[in-house]
Amino acid sequence: MINLETPRKHRMLIDQAHQVAMNMLRPISRKYDAAEHSYPKELDMLAAMIDGLSESGTAEGAGATGVSAEQKPTRKADDGGVRNGANLASILSIAEMCWGDTGLLLSMPRQGLGNAAIASVASPEQQERFKGVWAAMAITEPGMGSDSAALTTTATLDGDHYVINGEKIFVTSGERAGAVVVWATLDKSLGRAAIKSFVVEKGTPGMKVERLEHKLGIRASDTAVITFTDCRVPAENLLGSPEIDVKAGFGGAMATFDNTRPMVAAMAIGCARASLDLTRDLLEQAGVTVDYDRPAQVQSAAAAKFLQLEADLEGARLLAMQAAWMADNRKPNSLEASMAKAKAGRVGSDVTLSCVELAGTLGYSEAELLEKWSRDSKILDIFEGTQQIQQLIVARRVLGLSSAELR
Amino acid sequence: MASGETRAPLGYAVAALSRLAQSDLLDRVGLRRTAEQAVYTATRSGFRTAAAAGRTFARKGRRETGVRVPSATATGRFDLTPTEDEQMLVDVVSEYAAEVVRPAAGEADDACAAPEEVLRASLEIGVPILGVPESLGGITEERSAMAGTLVAEALAKGDMGIAVAALAPGAVATALSLWGTDEQQQTYLPAFTGDEVPAAALALAEPQVLFDAMAPRTSARREGSGFRLTGTKSAVPRGAEAELFVVGAELDGKPALFLVESDAAGIEVVADPSMGVRAAGLTRLELTDVPAELLGEADGTTYAECVRLSRLAWCALAVGTGQAVLDYVIPYVKEREAFGEPVAHRQAVAFMVADMAIELQAMRLVTWRAASRAAQGKEFAREVALARRLCADKGMKIGLDGVQLLGGHGFVKEHPVERWYRDLRALGVMEGGVLV
Repeated sequence: MINLETPRKHRMLIDQAHQVAMNMLRPISRKYDAAEHSYPKELDMLAAMIDGLSESGTAEGAGATGVSAEQKPTRKADDGGVRNGANLASILSIAEMCWGDTGLLLSMPRQGLGNAAIASVASPEQQERFKGVWAAMAITEPGMGSDSAALTTTATLDGDHYVINGEKIFVTSGERAGAVVVWATLDKSLGRAAIKSFVVEKGTPGMKVERLEHKLGIRASDTAVITFTDCRVPAENLLGSPEIDVKAGFGGAMATFDNTRPMVAAMAIGCARASLDLTRDLLEQAGVTVDYDRPAQVQSAAAAKFLQLEADLEGARLLAMQAAWMADNRKPNSLEASMAKAKAGRVGSDVTLSCVELAGTLGYSEAELLEKWSRDSKILDIFEGTQQIQQLIVARRVLGLSSAELR
Repeated sequence: MASGETRAPLGYAVAALSRLAQSDLLDRVGLRRTAEQAVYTATRSGFRTAAAAGRTFARKGRRETGVRVPSATATGRFDLTPTEDEQMLVDVVSEYAAEVVRPAAGEADDACAAPEEVLRASLEIGVPILGVPESLGGITEERSAMAGTLVAEALAKGDMGIAVAALAPGAVATALSLWGTDEQQQTYLPAFTGDEVPAAALALAEPQVLFDAMAPRTSARREGSGFRLTGTKSAVPRGAEAELFVVGAELDGKPALFLVESDAAGIEVVADPSMGVRAAGLTRLELTDVPAELLGEADGTTYAECVRLSRLAWCALAVGTGQAVLDYVIPYVKEREAFGEPVAHRQAVAFMVADMAIELQAMRLVTWRAASRAAQGKEFAREVALARRLCADKGMKIGLDGVQLLGGHGFVKEHPVERWYRDLRALGVMEGGVLV
């Protein structure tokens, strides 16, 4: 039965996330935007609380670790076999947290994108071994962004270790995290199929955090440059299969994206909703209320704009829920994940920037958080695959074209 | 001409030349190279007529609340799977849309009318009685807004104009089912559930700039136990043949719905061919002191719900037509070659298709959410407003890009994309006509 409401079973989790966002993240939001690179120590307590909730089972999928390709059928499937599981719970709670602060959500201990990678592709043994580890994700290199075939970091098997050499940039929480999931190639001549991910634990000799970036937004979240020089990693830290299956290609590493793209979409949705909620209040104080029954063109331009933004955001939100719902029900969702990320990425920018415009200098000033949210949102249309990469993926799938045909 | 325009001397010369060009002098002396035979049909010259001489609806039933179906029961789970019944319905309607509606669409657009046999087939699959309770001869056991939305979407994938023509009687039957008294249901619904289903129309729009559906200018006044309506309604599908109208009008400062039989005195039906949705046979109703009876509450609540449910149906139509555009351009851009390869191999083209697919799915989900809330008896004013905004903006963009992707070929009637372009402009404009 078609129903697009927030699942009843996730409502408590979402309410909790909203309370945390409102009472813990918002009050320190501006502080860590201003004090870039200082560690948000308040988050340690929050992370402990989330761990506690996870342990008690009341927070199914409260963060990045909630997503998983191999879901255990923990309970009898809902009638008709339809599940609302960890993927949906994750994106809904992430959206709530980013309504509080996107940078702080990204800095949440033990909820890194590397954790999502581990949850998505690691073996049960690895899941167990890396349980509780805060894992960052290192993919991008100075000469390589979206084009993963151009990846140059190498991993060479030497006995029971891989030796990693290369430079990674844009590693979120790269300094704070306890481990980094590094993408490296076993054999560059074999193309994408040879790209594997490795868990490199903090303090491993040869791994060095070179510097932290100064950024446009999400300043509470550290972004590191990390070099690997003859960095020896136990062979069992390779996530997934060490086989280079040229036929299966890049699927393994890319499978992570089917789970993380809806999560990034959820970040954009939460951030944009923060802007929209505040702008609605500000407009109401100025005597502008949105009437949902009357046509936009007979209302004020501000109300009409607000309606458009709200409609776009609702579209993005439901696309993300669709992608997560499909993952929960083990339907292939690469197309829908990219659709959600593409829509949410651009809507996130449109909403947050338009809200600044609607609020004038009040929105532009640091007196309100609107300007901050419009800086934070930009990265969400870039990382985990830019707008253009999402369009490329959607186009290839919809048109049925290969990457050789549609480059 | 816009009123701000004034004619300069050159303008008068051009205007004179234009009059000469329009006269038949040139033709009589054989100077014009192409002779144009104007065919004076409804589409060109329009018509003005009294409303159809309708059947006599024998009054039956009691003046008490009519049959009401319960809301759909919420499951509490996010789910995008239609029920088995809904899926069966969609399969049947989709087949009808592909096999019957689509092939008839071009001619129906030209003729400003849906073909008889196409409409007859729509009766056979139960389109008008979708929203009518089973106990009254219809097919629904609970609120059918979701099923109605899926059906409208599937029909419009065939053709939006024919879809509106086929759905028009159902809009009235559904309105009677939702808000009619026992007497109104007993009097009118048997006609819709029988073999000779009448044309009927929900008339909400008015030909006003900045028209606000919540504040119609058509007015109702009390007379005895009944009412009299005066005003002009527009975009009324199949108005010339309709035997029963549901008309929106203002009563005591609040909008309300009224039932009007076509043989009531004071109704004139005027052809109103528009940019698109032409197969629906759009008309204006000119009402002069027309006897009417109230349908539902007079406090504005029934009327507001009706406007929202009608907008929801239009959103569903936009999704269906948008899907038609997407499905049409995909093979086209893969076959059409330029610079030695299919144009689909260029990102400039491929990304337009990708955005079309993304926005279409967003439109669909936002529309479905509003529909499922309506079916579950939840508040849905906001959700419909968001769906309408999104479908108006993105639906039109899909229509626009559909033509653009075919280039000059999209501009000529050899391909249906120009029709879909015209149809999709209806979104954000239309009120009434359809209802789920």
